[in-house]
Order: sequence, then structure tokens, then C-alpha cells
Amino acid sequence: MAGLLKYNNPTVEPQMSKYRLSHIEYLESEAIHVMREIAAEFERPALMFSGGKDSICLLRLAEKAFRPGDFPFPLLNVDTGHNFPEVIEFRDRRAEELGAKLIVRTVEEAIQKGIATPKPGEVGRNRLQIPTLLRAIEEFEFDAAIGGARRDEEKARAKERFFSLRDDFGQWDPKGQRPEPWNLYNGQIHKGENMRIFPISNWTELDVWQYLEREKLEVPSIYYSHKREVVRRGGQWLPVCDLAPLTEGEESKTLSVRVRTIGDIISSGMIESEVTDCAGIIQEIAAARVTERGSRADDKVSETSMEDRKKQGYF
Amino acid sequence: MSDTPQSGFDMDLLRFTTAGSVDDGKSTLIGRLLYDSKSVMEDQLEALQRSADLTGGEEVNLANLTDGLRAEREQGITIDVAYRYFATKKRKFIIADTPGHKQYTRNMVTGASTANLAIILVDARHGVVEQTRRHAYIAGLLRIPHVVFCINKMDLVDFDEEVYDKIKSDCLDFVPKLGIKDVTYIPISALNGDNVVDRSEYTPWYSGPALLQHLETVYIASDVNLEQFRFPVQWVVRPQKDEFHDFRGFAGQIAGGTISVGDDVRVLPSGLRSRVKEIYTFDGPLEEAFAPQSITLRLEDEIDTSRGDMIVGDDVAPFVAKDHEADICWMHEDSMVPRRKYLLKHASNTVHTMVTRVKHLVDIDTLDEIEGEASVELNSIARIAFKTTKPLIYDAYRRNRQTGSFILIDESTNATVAAGMLIPPTSYQPVAGVESLDYTI
Ligand SMILES: Nc1nc2c(ncn2[C@@H]2O[C@H](COP(=O)(O)OP(=O)(O)O)[C@@H](O)[C@H]2O)c(=O)[nH]1
Repeated sequence: MAGLLKYNNPTVEPQMSKYRLSHIEYLESEAIHVMREIAAEFERPALMFSGGKDSICLLRLAEKAFRPGDFPFPLLNVDTGHNFPEVIEFRDRRAEELGAKLIVRTVEEAIQKGIATPKPGEVGRNRLQIPTLLRAIEEFEFDAAIGGARRDEEKARAKERFFSLRDDFGQWDPKGQRPEPWNLYNGQIHKGENMRIFPISNWTELDVWQYLEREKLEVPSIYYSHKREVVRRGGQWLPVCDLAPLTEGEESKTLSVRVRTIGDIISSGMIESEVTDCAGIIQEIAAARVTERGSRADDKVSETSMEDRKKQGYF
Repeated sequence: MSDTPQSGFDMDLLRFTTAGSVDDGKSTLIGRLLYDSKSVMEDQLEALQRSADLTGGEEVNLANLTDGLRAEREQGITIDVAYRYFATKKRKFIIADTPGHKQYTRNMVTGASTANLAIILVDARHGVVEQTRRHAYIAGLLRIPHVVFCINKMDLVDFDEEVYDKIKSDCLDFVPKLGIKDVTYIPISALNGDNVVDRSEYTPWYSGPALLQHLETVYIASDVNLEQFRFPVQWVVRPQKDEFHDFRGFAGQIAGGTISVGDDVRVLPSGLRSRVKEIYTFDGPLEEAFAPQSITLRLEDEIDTSRGDMIVGDDVAPFVAKDHEADICWMHEDSMVPRRKYLLKHASNTVHTMVTRVKHLVDIDTLDEIEGEASVELNSIARIAFKTTKPLIYDAYRRNRQTGSFILIDESTNATVAAGMLIPPTSYQPVAGVESLDYTI
């Protein structure tokens, strides 16, 4: 096994070269480049803004790409209706601060119009976001939707391209993906097709928090520790709320918790934490032993659940 | 490794790609790098454990960590490029994991295009095989600055120094011809971790670094061209606000060199001259900027400039021409159709192109050049001559990987069908207006 012989590399890099980008600066520059490519190559792009941490980064990157000009696209949110109120308040406020146009389409409305149909007994709304999103894309004739997905989130995303083509049905074909050498993205599409574009593909969860810290960006308060009534279900702490009240025999607890990722409130796992700021989260993630998706009930069902949802048009 | 990844902001980023024949141990090696750098989380290990239980309770296999999509798992092979991330105290790493098999060349070209470094695995028992030559050739073709040959499974040859020496000297027969700047040879056992994170006590005869030490310290600051300023204009910023009435900024990512306020520049293809008035960024103006920063340039003069143009420094000019030569890797099942029109995307410019001649194909196994009528198929490497409807503003790929590269797009399917690397033209015909510029081949 590995021993402990010392080796001193004679060519140790002088870290302080004048012309050197840190990893965050490199990733930022790469993402800004992608943003500008989108603006130039698509007629009607939209930026998916959920109020979550990844899309907060996207908005800052859009500022960096286009200021002092306006954003060349509106913001789009697919609202599950199963929300943390803090997130919705933040979403609306942030859009206004930036002078950006925010379009909201709700799963509720999609259900009423028969665009999305819950399966018997289906309470979660992550799946129902798919038809709602596809309908919104159709309604506004968006040819590109910018999302905050990252390749480190999940195995199925490790092969995702920056520019990810969806067919008329919003489907993703893992084998039909276009190669993306260098930073040359192919934005050519046929009518009816749609491109999903992920400028922060190469970022990790840690990079996102480091960026939020560096840029002094506000995030919804539920990312930080707060007292909340939670219940243990499926091996994790879930918020007790009107949509998912306690059932027979369940007991709730009030704990200091926070979310690592925001989704449908009824399946957003909370982790016990006393962390109250960005710097604390960075430390917590650096030491964490569970991926952020490990705290989402909907991904636990099967190892390939994410991949299945993606094929159907989920982000 | 006992150190947890560092949470600092100011780390370098190293991008590398991995190559090897099937079963050389590539997945095991990546699994080990991720595992030993604590980039594998408990839920991922649990998921692995669950699938191991399902398939008959084998031991958890590190190689499965890097295995992607279900369709591929069902076939028992991986078929594309997957990206992985890990960090140590010193650096952040992005791995482009490009598995072997039929589409190998295409995948490796994609992974190699953005890499600072390539790891090429050699099975100590089998030594240098055809695949090794291929991988090294592609690394050279794509101008990856650093290549590491990892001689793996040393545990199966008793950590024998002679085995290592023989493989190294076999490599030295062909590697120096490939134009790779920096080559390293490391004897490892991916399975047991010898010379992966720490140096192994079983190889006292080896005086170099363990693989991870090498990855953490290899000098990458000169991997980017910082000599000739190259700035493809992506987007023109023209705010519709009164307070920015006069603002006209050219936004883009610097593809080479450095630029300072007051520098003389030329806008190509027009050849018009101006001077840098401001380097605008959202975070405030800069005095100087360098590749690969994304910035917005404002010029002293009102010059009509739009996407597809390139702003360059006043010294060595790029080529500005409509006739070109390049090495390409064909990436699509549909073979190349000579004299058919394709779209070509180069920097921020998309133009029509027609391949006028296939000069030769490279036999990727022997590395011989095959001249004459040849069809360019999936995974072919070919030297072509081609024309574009509008001029390309470019450098030889060996000088600048950004301004020297392009992709070809099939206009009817929109598929990306080829990746290309421009070479200096054999006879340079600059377009009108830029004949007087200095350039070097
Ligand atoms: N003895 C030994 N076996 C190894 C080593 N590295 C990989 N293997 C084994 O070789 C086989 C192929 O490895 P894998 O990582 O799947 O190869 P890949 O096809 O290159 O990804 C597996 O059974 C590994 O356990 C090594 O250093 N020593």
C-alpha cells in the first residue's frame, strides 16, 4: 500500500503568476461566455429562475454578461404551488430588483387545464413540472431555456452537454447528444425543437456557495438554519406543512434545520444544522458526506429516477 | 488522504482527460482519485452497495462510481464523455472521462480539446499496444500540453523496475515525434493505490511524484497563449438607457494574449485601427485583462463592429482568408460528403464551407498518412482543404487552441459532424484590406 516517501517537485508552480485565474474566475468566465453565446444564437431564450441557489448564480452571471444593458431574455418560473413562502417572496423581489421580466406558470393551472394530470395518489409535483414547462415553452415559443443544472449533481448529469437538445416532445436522447469540443457550442435547431442550456455545468455545489459568498448574493432564508417542525419520513427530515400534515402515529419535532436544495416542499429534505451564513455552509459542504440530492426524497426511488425524468423533459 | 478538500477561493483549476484500452483500469483509477480525495459521498457509496447487493452481493466496485447512464449500464459499457469533479487542498480538477470502444477517437477528441493534461493508462503486463499509440497521437494532435503515462497493475508484475523501464523506452520510440511539451511516466496500482495519492514503498527505484502530487503541481500557467491578443466579438452591448446613451461595448472572452487600456488594436476582417478606451466589467473597469477572461471592450473610435469580428493586438496578425487547411476528426455516423456545403463554427463566427479536397487520412493504428481518394468516416482523422463563404480570422491551432479550432455542422440534421484544427496555409491569400498585416506561419 501507499507509503510515505517524500517527494518534492522541483517545478512547483509559482501560484502568483500575474496572468492566472482562480478556479472560480475560470468557471465564471466560461459561464459568461455561454450566456453571450445564447443571446447571440437564439431568438427567444428564457432563463429558468426558481429562487434557488443555482439560478441565483445564473442571474449574477447574466448581469456580468450583459450589463450595463438589459437582459436579452425574460425569467421563467414553473411554480409547483408546493412552495416555501420565503422562496416565492425572494423570487419576486429579486426579479424586480434586476428590472427583469418574470413569467410564472403554475402546475395548478396546468392541472386545471388538463395539461398536467396527477396519477392516482400522486402528491409530489416534481413530475408535473414537466408538462407545465413544456406548455410554457410552447406558449412563448422559447427556443432555448437556460437552467442551473450541474454535472456534479447526479450520475445521469455527468454526460450532459452545455447545449442539450430536446425534440418536439421535450425529450432528451442520451445517445443523440452533440459532441462539444473546445468552447464551440452548436446552437442550430429545427423549428419546434428546444435547447436546454446549462452555463454552470462545470460547477460543483461548493463552487456555487463560494460564488454566492464571493458575490455577496442573498439567498432565500431557508438555506440557513432556522427552527422548523419536521417529521422523519423515508430516512430524512421533512417539513410538516398543510400539504403534508402528520399522519396517524407520526410524531414531529422542532429542530434547527436548513435545506440544501429547494424543491417541492413535501419532498425537500431538511438537514440538521446551526449554520447561519454562507461561510458556514461552505465549511459544512467541504466536510459533508452526503450529496445534496441525497436529501431529496424523489431521487431515492431508484438509482435511475433522475435519468428517467430527464428523458421526459425534466431539467 | 487525510486532508479534506479545501474550501478556499483561490485555487487553480486543472482539466484532464483519461484514456486507456478496456480493462486497463481507468475506472478504477478515477474511482480511487475521487474516493481518496473524499469526493465520494456516503449516499453514492450506499447506492453502489445497493446495486452490488442486487447483482449478487459483490464487493463495492470503485469502478462503478464513474459509470453513467442506465442504457449503458445495461450494455455493460460506457459510450460517451462524462465529466467528474474533485478537489484537493491545492487544486480543483475536472476529469473528462472518455471511455474506449468504437467511438473512441471522437470521444477522446472532445475530452482532449479542453484538457491541460492527459492520463494514458498502460497495462504493465501488456506494455505499449496499438491503443497506447493512438491515445498519445490524439493527445498530440489536440495539443494537450502535458501527458502522463500511468503504467498500471504494477502489483501484477511484482513492481518490477525493468517492466517500467521497458514500457518507458518503448514510448520514447514514438512519443517525441508527437509534439507534446511535457511527458511523465508513473508506475501505479490503481486497485491498491500505489503511487496514486502517495508514493509507494514498493517502488523505491522510482524517484518521481505520485500521480496526484503531479496533478497538483504540474505547471499550467503557460498552457494558455498569452502572447497575441485575440478577442472574438460575441455580443455588442448597447444599453437602451439615457445614462448609457453613448455606451457601445464589445463583449467576449479573450481567446489569447493580454490587453490594456490605451493599447492599439485592429478590428478584423475590416483591418480598421483603434485604441482601447475602457475594459468594462460588471465589477468595475480593469486596467489590464488576459485570456481567458470574459470582458467588454470599448474603443476610442466608432467602428462598425459586430459578432463574428475579431479584435486583435497590433503585433502579429492572425490569418484572414477564405481558403484553409485543417486536420479534422469526423464525429458522425454519416460520412463526409465531398464538395457538399456544411456550416462551420469558428470562434464567434458561423459560415458556410465546402471541403474541396481530402489531402490524406491518418491510419490511426500505424499513424501512416494515406493519400488519394478516401472516404472520411466516423472517427477518421483527415487533412482537408476547404473554402469558406466569408473569411475566417484564425491562428494555427498549434499556436492557439481557441482561434485555431472549429466544428462542422450538417445543415440538414444540425448535427455536429467534425472537429477541426487549422494549420498554417501552404500559400496564404489574405483577403483584401489586410494584405499589409504582419503574420508568421
Ligand atoms: N491487480 C490489479 N488489478 C487492477 C488494477 N487496476 C484495475 N484492475 C482491475 O482490472 C479490471 C478492469 O478495471 P477497470 O477499472 O474496470 O478498467 P477500465 O475498463 O479501464 O475502466 C478490474 O477487474 C479491476 O479491478 C491494478 O492496479 N491492479
